[in-house]
Order: sequence, then structure tokens, then C-alpha cells
Amino acid sequence: MSKRTLVAALAVSAVFVTASAEARDLIQNKGSDTLVNVAQAWAETYREVNPDVAVAVSGGGSGTGIAAMINGTVDIANASRAMKQKEIDLAKSKGQNPIQHIVGFDALAVYLHKDNPAKSLSLAQLAEIYGEEGQTESWSQIGLEVPGCKNQEMVLVSRQNNSGTYAYFRKAVLGKKRDYKMGTRDMHGSKDVVELVEKTPCAIGYSGLAYATDHVKLACVSKTDGSKCVMPSVASASDGSYPVARPLFMYTNGEPTGSIKTYMDWILSDAGQCIILSKGYAPIRDVTCPPATN
Amino acid sequence: MADVTRPLSLAAHRDADEIDRRNLDWYIDKAVQVLVFIGGISAIVFVIGIFVFVTAEGLGFLVDAFDFGEFFGSPRWKPTSEYRTTYGILALIAGTASVTGLAMLVAIPFSLGAAIYIAEFATGKTRETLKVLVELLAAVPSVVWGFIGLVIMNPLIIETFDVPVGLSVLNAGIILGLMAAPIMTSIAEDSLKAVPDRYREAAEAMGATRCQLVFKVVLPAAKNGLLGAVLLGVGRGFGETMAVLMASGHSINLPDSIFDSVRALTATIAAELGETAVGSDHYQALFTIGIFLFVITFVINLTADLIVRGIRKG
Repeated sequence: MSKRTLVAALAVSAVFVTASAEARDLIQNKGSDTLVNVAQAWAETYREVNPDVAVAVSGGGSGTGIAAMINGTVDIANASRAMKQKEIDLAKSKGQNPIQHIVGFDALAVYLHKDNPAKSLSLAQLAEIYGEEGQTESWSQIGLEVPGCKNQEMVLVSRQNNSGTYAYFRKAVLGKKRDYKMGTRDMHGSKDVVELVEKTPCAIGYSGLAYATDHVKLACVSKTDGSKCVMPSVASASDGSYPVARPLFMYTNGEPTGSIKTYMDWILSDAGQCIILSKGYAPIRDVTCPPATN
Repeated sequence: MADVTRPLSLAAHRDADEIDRRNLDWYIDKAVQVLVFIGGISAIVFVIGIFVFVTAEGLGFLVDAFDFGEFFGSPRWKPTSEYRTTYGILALIAGTASVTGLAMLVAIPFSLGAAIYIAEFATGKTRETLKVLVELLAAVPSVVWGFIGLVIMNPLIIETFDVPVGLSVLNAGIILGLMAAPIMTSIAEDSLKAVPDRYREAAEAMGATRCQLVFKVVLPAAKNGLLGAVLLGVGRGFGETMAVLMASGHSINLPDSIFDSVRALTATIAAELGETAVGSDHYQALFTIGIFLFVITFVINLTADLIVRGIRKG
């Protein structure tokens, strides 16, 4: 309750701030940490396209966005997983009608320390590493010796349990009938995962491909043991060859109208899709973009 | 005697009648009285209000989905599981308890030592300066402590002990111990000061040395107050959120060494509450943790208070 009033107060103050400059529409956009960079880029560029509309973006995770949609405190919720039926029912019982829009695709990369010699990992291996009752506890068990990692004991980096990335990785790697192991380190943001893996030789983590840096290594992932592995990339996410690629969603309350509709249409237009491509995600269809304007 | 005072008291009565006339001053006086009364009972009102609010939010879960054995007996905290949702807080309790336990190991020697020095040995300027510094230490915001844990202690622990990650029971315990020490010092010092001087005089008259005086006379006499100070420190440890969230590694675990990462009850609420749908099972389960924390800290603080009061009266 107090949270809702707080959000309302923030929204009101935001309206005042923008209204004092000039009368503008304010769109509240919140959710997925995977999408937050893109959403910010969209909002910033859209300011030039349509100065009458201001988009306020915040992250916090897909669960945050979906919860805000259910509680009726956002206009657009970003999510890196689909809303569950239970959540849609809950939203409807509170008078919201979430409508799903696919705005892009993401390859969920498996991150390793840059000294990690791993060539490829199969989904089955990942399941034994991350899954409850999984047997793989150390790097030597899968025939690797990671320099700088004492005892070769794996440090599992995961996400907080409301993250869409957490839910999608669980579904894609562990399957519907399995949960994560106890003792994973539950980070609060996509970037935190990559940062911890970068500093920790023993670590393995998962996060959106867009968070890759030169200081970490990406694992080549194969569907089954022995089959050819695929590196995560925009191309392999679009054509579906990468095994842990997922659609990215935006939810609106009801079919979008007015300024929200024009904003959503712009996001799905070539201009909007080129921005998501420039941020390291796959667009929903082939687009030809002006070469790296940034 | 009575004969002499009667006319006087009659006169006083008349004066009182004059004073009692309901003029502006009388109303101001009444208004201030009411304000002070409201201020006085506000603490009670707030405590009851918070308890009612937390209970009301968590009640749905307590009534419908609560399973005592699972809640307190299972380390499996999987509120968003697709196939088997379980709300077990055993690992979270273990996390909070291990961090608080280690914090007390750190804080008790520091705070008792400081309290004994300030109360029994230091004099004049040293004493005043130390007291101010201890109060100042108590005023450091917890997020700053968390930051110290994250940025300074973390690499230090990794390097010193050659462990992969430095956010652990050890890190959070030390940070929390340093946070709890100033409050414990203040209360312990108060209880040492409450020991009557005649005890000290008697001991000195018997030829006791300074150390004998402190350890054989003052400490035993103040032991209830010191126990109260420790309990308040434990209460602080149970309730602390931000620093523990930042320094403990936030990993659900039944720790078997001080280098394991853990997750505290408070940190779980802080990290997850903002992201749940209001009224969902997960939301209510978090409030149930809140009730549990509330009850624990209430009992600890009440016990500490009763013990401290006991020594003051005795």
C-alpha cells in the first residue's frame, strides 16, 4: 500500500517536473533488467522523435514490472519471460488487462571467467551444474582445470527469484520439473552477474548477451552431449539455432491507445528495431539499419 | 500543626480557584497536555499499528498455505518455483543466526572492553572524547557499513584466506559486530555506572587492586545490565538489513563454515518484496517472515529491557 502511494507520489512529482517544462504525456515503463538498457535507449531517442511524450524507464526485474502491471502502477511493463496464467488472472481480478507484445529476442549467454578453458557446455551439463540434486560440483568433474580456482569448486552465479532471466534459464536448461540448487549466489541485476564472474575464476553465471564484455568468456552451448555447439550471438538468437534464446516482451494494459500506441508502434518500426539491434539483441524481423550511427 | 496550616491551605484554595479560571492560559495548558500525552503514547500506537498491519498482510498465508513443518523445517525457499513451490525459511534462519552469532563474538569483547575502560579507568577528557566517538560510531548509516563490507572487506578476505568469494558469514559477521558494538558499549557502560560507589569503596578498603575491583566486584554486580546489552546487540543483529544484504553474499545456504555465503531473513524481505504482486502467496509469505522477525526482536528486546530494569531496581 505504502509502496503504491510512493509510486504514485513519484509519478505525480515526475508529471510536475515535466509539466513545468511543457505539457507532455508521461509513459511509465518498468521491469526487466535485461531490457532496461534498450528501454532507456528507446525512451531517449523517442524524445527527439516525439517531444510531447516523455517515457520514464526503470528496471528492477521482470517480476517487478509484472507486479507493477498487476498492481496497475505502470503503463508498459517490460519482461524477459511471458506472464504466467496465474499472474494474468490476478491482474484481471484487479481490473487490468495485460496485452503481450514481442519486441525482440535475446540469447541468454553462459558466462565464464576469461581463464576458464571450457570449450563447450551441453544443456545436460548445465542442468547438472545448476539443477537441484545435480551432481556436478566442481570443474574437475567435467574434465576441466580452471587456473586460479582453488579446489576447482564451482561458484554458481544466479539471479533473484523474480527475475525473468532466472525463470527462463530454469525452463530452458532445467526443464519444468526442476529447481535451482541451494547455494547459488542470487544477484540483483544482469550486470552484477557478469561483474562477479569477471572477478571470480571459479564462477559460472548466466545473463543476457548484451551484457558481455571483453573481460569474460562466453560458453559455446550445445543442445545435446556431442552435438555441435553454438555461440550466442544476435544471428543465432534470431534464427533459433542457439538453444537458450528467448523472446522479450512488453505488456500494456489493454490494447494500447493514444501516446502509448504511437510509442509501441515506433518501437516495432525499423527505427525502434535498429536500436534493439545496436544494443546487442535480435530484432523481431530482418531490418536494414544505417551502419553504426549509435 | 493542623491548626496552623488550615488557614494557609484555605488561602491556597482560594488562590487555586483564581488560577483555575478557564482563561487562555488554561486552554493552552490543556492543549499542551493533550499533545504531550499523544506524543507519549504514540510509540505504543505505532507498535500496535505496525503489528496489526504486518499481521493483516501475512494472515492470508498463515491461514491458507502455512505449513509449520515446512516453514521452519525446510531450507527450500522457492517461492517462484514452477513445479513445487515451497516456503522454507530454515536456511534463512541459519543465515541470520550464523551472522548474528559471529557478530556477537566480535562485538562482545570490543564493547565490554570499551565499556569497562570508559566507566572504570578513563577520566576527564579521554573519557568524554571516547564517549562522543562511540556515539558517533553508532550514527554511521548501515548502507555505509554494507559498502565497507562490499568494497574493502571482500577483496581483503579473498586475499587473506584464499577463498573464491569474500561475501560470507565472516564478512557480514564482522561488519554487523562493528555496527552493534557502539550501542552495546553505551548500555554496558550505563550498567557499570549504575553499580553503587560504595561497592568500589568497600573493595578498595579491603585492599583490592584495580583489576580485582573490576572483575570481582563491579562486573558481577552489573552482570544483568551487561547481559541486557548483549541481548540488545543480538536484537540489532536480527533486525539489520542493508549491511547484511550487501556483505553476506545473498545465497540460500545452510552454512558449514564461516566462508560460506548466506542469506538473512531481513535481506530476503528487502530483496523480494518490491517485486511481488500485492496479495500473492509470495507477498504474504514475506510478511509472515516479517511477523516472525517482529516477534523475535520483540521478545529479545523485552527480555533485555526487563533484565536491565532489574539491575536498576536492585
